Amino acid sequence: MSALAFQDLTLAYGANPVVQGLTGRVEPGALLAIVGPNGAGKSSLLKAAMGELEPVSGALALGVRRAQIAYLPQAVEIDLSFPLTVYDFVAMGLWREIGAWRSVGAPERARIADALSDVGLEGFEARPIAALSGGQRQRMFFARLALQRARLILLDEPFAAVDERTTGDLIQLIEGWRAAGCTVVAVLHDLALVRARFPDTLLLARRMIAWGPTDVVLTERNLSRAAAMVEAEARAPHESASAAGRGAA
Amino acid sequence: MSYEIVSPFVEFDFMRRALVGALALALSGAPVGVFLLLRRMSLMGDAMAHAILPGAALGYLAFGLSLGAMTAGGMAAGLAVALAAGVVARATTLREDASLAAFYLLSLAAGVVLISARGSNVDLMRVLFGSVLALDDATLMLLAAVSTITLVGLALIFRPLAVETVDPGFLRSVGGRGSVAHLAFLALLVANLVAGFHALGTLLAVGLMILPAATARLWCVDMTAMIATAMATGVAASLSGLSLSYNFGWPTGPTIILAAGAIYAVSLVLGRAGGVRRGRTHRKGTRHD
Repeated sequence: MSALAFQDLTLAYGANPVVQGLTGRVEPGALLAIVGPNGAGKSSLLKAAMGELEPVSGALALGVRRAQIAYLPQAVEIDLSFPLTVYDFVAMGLWREIGAWRSVGAPERARIADALSDVGLEGFEARPIAALSGGQRQRMFFARLALQRARLILLDEPFAAVDERTTGDLIQLIEGWRAAGCTVVAVLHDLALVRARFPDTLLLARRMIAWGPTDVVLTERNLSRAAAMVEAEARAPHESASAAGRGAA
Repeated sequence: MSYEIVSPFVEFDFMRRALVGALALALSGAPVGVFLLLRRMSLMGDAMAHAILPGAALGYLAFGLSLGAMTAGGMAAGLAVALAAGVVARATTLREDASLAAFYLLSLAAGVVLISARGSNVDLMRVLFGSVLALDDATLMLLAAVSTITLVGLALIFRPLAVETVDPGFLRSVGGRGSVAHLAFLALLVANLVAGFHALGTLLAVGLMILPAATARLWCVDMTAMIATAMATGVAASLSGLSLSYNFGWPTGPTIILAAGAIYAVSLVLGRAGGVRRGRTHRKGTRHD
């Protein structure tokens, strides 16, 4: 059974389709990059997998329980001035296990310490999250993600505001998760990075342009088709009328 | 000097009662205020404090200055406005802050008219600015009960409420029910506003929530420390406000709030976690992208 499967899936915000007729499957243990122009529906696809966006038509099937999915959205929603230590922030990753009332015991503390050292944030436990750099912040998000012990990990532009060294470290972490049997799906825009480290790619421009081994998918021809398709649809009159409502696409 | 601070509480029963009532308010108001501040609901708290007035006024119209009737009316009105503002925000193009502002103006006006319809100017002053020097046994019990319920209730919902405040998307993604924590928090907020209404009046009810919380935010980089600091600020403001009010004959509720305001003003300048002095280096130190 695949980790994630789409069957003629269409997603929309109001009357505005953002993904149309997508069919395909993500095999367990896959390391898949989703690339495409702005407004191609990449983030929406992850939201649909998380159940935050209902399909308009078609179907989306999960091969894991929803509790086994971890999701890292683009980090804009979070109030980074919030008075919280790095340790407490990362500890949130234990929510599924400890919920509202169970205590954080010695084994949990050991796991938090491991997660912090895996991302290179040893010694940052007591720092306020506001004092972190963009790269350190992303390491912190990855530590929280690791604590969730997910089977399917969805990442939305995880390296958007991050320096090269951090990107390298975090990619290694992702490859480690994959080696441990996780399925990882990441929305990315750095094509060089995708070519170097991601075996499979889905090129999306509302409709699927190509899906398969990265070197087969990321050809000049496919990329220009993707760009042309999103531009053409953006100009279509029925689209622009409600474009304002599509902030998250 | 130190005797002058203590002596009114030693000599007069009504001062001791005022102190106990103010301390009960300060202890539960502080954590509620911290969450209001961190959830960017400070203005909503203020608006809801005003929204309580017409409910309390209806209770007053029906039963006179009855604690039970005014409390029940206030709770009902506060909860109704909190829910109505949420519904209006979802159903119309007005954002929640705009609909709250509209609600609270109407509530305040309606409340004042209702009270004036039957009562005297004294009653009106009492409703607007509280009667912290005239707390009877029943009112003190109410303040203590609200304080106890708030602290226990907040302990129960602390983790989901905190996680929902920091990262609501994350809580959703791991199946946490943030809306339950939010509604429970609103209920506790209304209870504290009604308690604050009895002691400090509708216009100042949020004073012992917002000012201590804002003060604490200027000193602390950790929520837990922030709550402790806010509580200490509220206690200090209650004690010094009551004492100043007694010694100089100033109106009591407003003097307590001014005492909290003075601590806040000093913290604005000196606060290590966001005051003016600290602010420059702090901002420089955190901007990386």
